[in-house]
Amino acid sequence: MLEVTTTHYLVLSFVLFTIGLFGIAARRNMITVLMSIELVLNSVNLNLIAFSYQLSDLTGQIFAVFTITVAAGEAAVGLGILIALFRLRETTQLDEATELRG
Amino acid sequence: MEALVANGPSILFFVFASLAVVSALCVVLMRNPMYGAISLLTSFLCVAVLFLLRHAEFVAIVQIFVYGGGIMVLFLFVIMLINLHRLPEVRKFAGQSPVVIVLALLLMGFFGWFFLQVEFDQPFTRPETFTMADGEDLGNSQAVAWALFTRHLLPFEIASIFLLIAMIGAVVLGRRQ
Repeated sequence: MLEVTTTHYLVLSFVLFTIGLFGIAARRNMITVLMSIELVLNSVNLNLIAFSYQLSDLTGQIFAVFTITVAAGEAAVGLGILIALFRLRETTQLDEATELRG
Repeated sequence: MEALVANGPSILFFVFASLAVVSALCVVLMRNPMYGAISLLTSFLCVAVLFLLRHAEFVAIVQIFVYGGGIMVLFLFVIMLINLHRLPEVRKFAGQSPVVIVLALLLMGFFGWFFLQVEFDQPFTRPETFTMADGEDLGNSQAVAWALFTRHLLPFEIASIFLLIAMIGAVVLGRRQ
């Protein structure tokens, strides 16, 4: 049976990253865009853990903890912006938010 | 049965990796954000299992607590707070999505080719670094805590300030004018 190497983890994390990137760029619903950002941050974590194991160094795991912290803060602020947008426009579709278009 | 036990980690990796990819695709493709949030939870739990396979027990538990607990509850609350009544008639994807698909596939092809060129040495050469704390074999949580509170203390404190700023920002943004 095939042994799992760091390359497997790299490919998996890059597939998840690309799926998240597609969600960020192509979807119109802001909730889905925020969830796609979480997917991207999570794929970065996968990479950090894989290299921590590859190099036998704990620093990757520490970095993953900090990435999770940043993801939590980003989710809180992003959902706050979403609520503010919904109060203003009664919508969560991103291309209907045109307040900054001059 | 022996083959199953001997190949346990590989089988677990492939099962949970494919499950993570499928649920990530569901997050991006589902029209209803509620189904998307449940798929996102599945994806996070599968990735936590993959962390366990790479000897990152503490990060796996933090992943389940923070992502599966905190962030998920936040998303579900917001989805329930916002009444998505116009959901069936709106377009799901923006106008630029064919371009995005092409660019994503190009990116995936380029980096996939790049990753497959790289040869890695034998991994996990010093297993003791994942469990040693203060010269004793105490386990992964203690090892992470030891590194976090000694060598990486400054980033840890900055993270606490960051969380405070994010909390104040979320409160200010969500306040009624």
